[in-house]
Amino acid sequence: MKKLAIPALLSLILAACSSTGTSTDTAAKVEDRSGGAGVATVTADGASGSGIAALTDPNNILSKRSVFFDFDSYVIKSEAKPLVEAHARFLVQNPQIKMLIQGNTDERGSREYNLALGQKRADVVKQALLLLGAKETQIESVSLGEEKPRCDAATEACFAENRRGDMLYSGEF
Amino acid sequence: MTRILTAFRLMFAIALASLALGAHAQLSIEITGAGASRFPVIIPIFQNEGQLPNSVTDVVRADLDRSGLFSLIDLGALALPESVVPDLPAMRGRGADAVLTGSVISQGSGRYEVRFRLFDTQTQLELGAMALPMMASQNRLIGHRIADFVYEKLTGQPGYFSTRIAYVIKSGANFELQVADADGMNAATALRSREPIISPAWSPDGQRLAYVSFEQKKPIVYVHTLATGQRRVVANFKGSNSAPTWSPDGSQLAVVLTKDGQSQLYALNADGSGVRRLASSSGIDTEPFWGKDDNIYFTSDRGGSPQIYRISAGGGSAQRVTFDGSYNVSPRLSADGKLLAFVTRNAGRFQVAVQDLATRQTTILTDSARDESPSFAPNGRMILYATESGGRGVLSAVSSDGRIKQRLTVQAADVREPAWGPQPRQ
Repeated sequence: MKKLAIPALLSLILAACSSTGTSTDTAAKVEDRSGGAGVATVTADGASGSGIAALTDPNNILSKRSVFFDFDSYVIKSEAKPLVEAHARFLVQNPQIKMLIQGNTDERGSREYNLALGQKRADVVKQALLLLGAKETQIESVSLGEEKPRCDAATEACFAENRRGDMLYSGEF
Repeated sequence: MTRILTAFRLMFAIALASLALGAHAQLSIEITGAGASRFPVIIPIFQNEGQLPNSVTDVVRADLDRSGLFSLIDLGALALPESVVPDLPAMRGRGADAVLTGSVISQGSGRYEVRFRLFDTQTQLELGAMALPMMASQNRLIGHRIADFVYEKLTGQPGYFSTRIAYVIKSGANFELQVADADGMNAATALRSREPIISPAWSPDGQRLAYVSFEQKKPIVYVHTLATGQRRVVANFKGSNSAPTWSPDGSQLAVVLTKDGQSQLYALNADGSGVRRLASSSGIDTEPFWGKDDNIYFTSDRGGSPQIYRISAGGGSAQRVTFDGSYNVSPRLSADGKLLAFVTRNAGRFQVAVQDLATRQTTILTDSARDESPSFAPNGRMILYATESGGRGVLSAVSSDGRIKQRLTVQAADVREPAWGPQPRQ
């Protein structure tokens, strides 16, 4: 029970912070959104968590969140199918839970074009989950393009690590 | 000899300026290529310039030298007031085609007037004269305006020294959207974030920036008024929101949204209202650039590979613009609508290219491998872009004929996503 309270609080904070997007309160020429009580403070500590043990238990397939793609490919590989199926089942069983899918690409080429390619990856994962019974209203697919690489080196291994879609649950984004 | 001296003075001026700005992440500019023939000019110190805390003519000289179009002939400490016609044959004898004369007149309580006159030593005619009021602290602003005046009189095109640039600095896990003068000085941070910021786009009046921020864990388009720091979300639909570009009158934006499926082009009012679809394709449409002729250039993979297309902002069918190669992206149009700059993949390297839209002749301008995000100076002579040097993101500029090259770096940080601002209203 205690475990649930913190994420709930965090989602409240996140909800409160999301309204700062339209803020018109800053009179200074230079705006500082880092540190202090801003959005960044919440994002900085990252994994607030959903509070559902199954999603973080390393022995549970649901703790795996990444679907990897081949170069220039937007097809879910057969090895990723059990993972996608498990998350679809979880969404069906927990219709109140929402998911954000973030598509990612490697760093080569135009940032905006890569953003569009990352969207294709996120959309492919979303479509698979919908086909398996999840509801449209449960899932938002977005792209981070090449902007949030998990691996920073300009190597093939890193590029492969960065070509992926990540599934995040309520409280984790 | 004079050229070496001038280069030395320029380096010294830049070094001094960097020292003065201390810990701030400051862009420094290195000239890596110059025009084939440089216009020889004499820009002596102005009479009584010493009463200003900082030199005006140093700024003029640095601007003109950096443009790659001028060579500066040094007269040492000799001042030539604008009130006297200089010995033009003697100036010609020193190799100069033009000479700028001027003086600084104190008007009390920190106010000054700068008067200057430009002469052609060949025709022995005056090319123009101006008087500008200034405060003691405005030496850079006034220097840039004088450099613009000289540039325009001698090349026939407006200068770009009074313009500003925007770019993003990544330092560790921190992102800063900065705005600086075109020479990299006076950098100020408009937005600081722990999440990425991409695709800054200047409003035509130079007062606002549209950009994409990931601070809400997804790409959302904001419009940010620089003077006040006011921000407004203009596109936050389900899915991704990105790639803003302003309509020529500043009343609308074109953006890329995924609310109806794949990345597609939409227009909306600058306050975020009135969203409408601009084009439909079965593939990706992105990176719109709204030209002054009301054509929107954009990247699309509708033909199988990413290529540049054009569509009227009023609708109609899209025309393909690039045909060479399998990856042509990030289109930007020059202000006169004649040149299209873009990034092309050439034997695995991403390089800046320009296409003369009338002849369809395409020229690759760079020899680097990781070029991104080209944008034209308002006069169309220079293209600013991001590239990589020594494993670090740097900004570079290349003239649209490929001859003049400059590099702008920031110590210990990655610089990316440059956007060259419009000509300021004067």
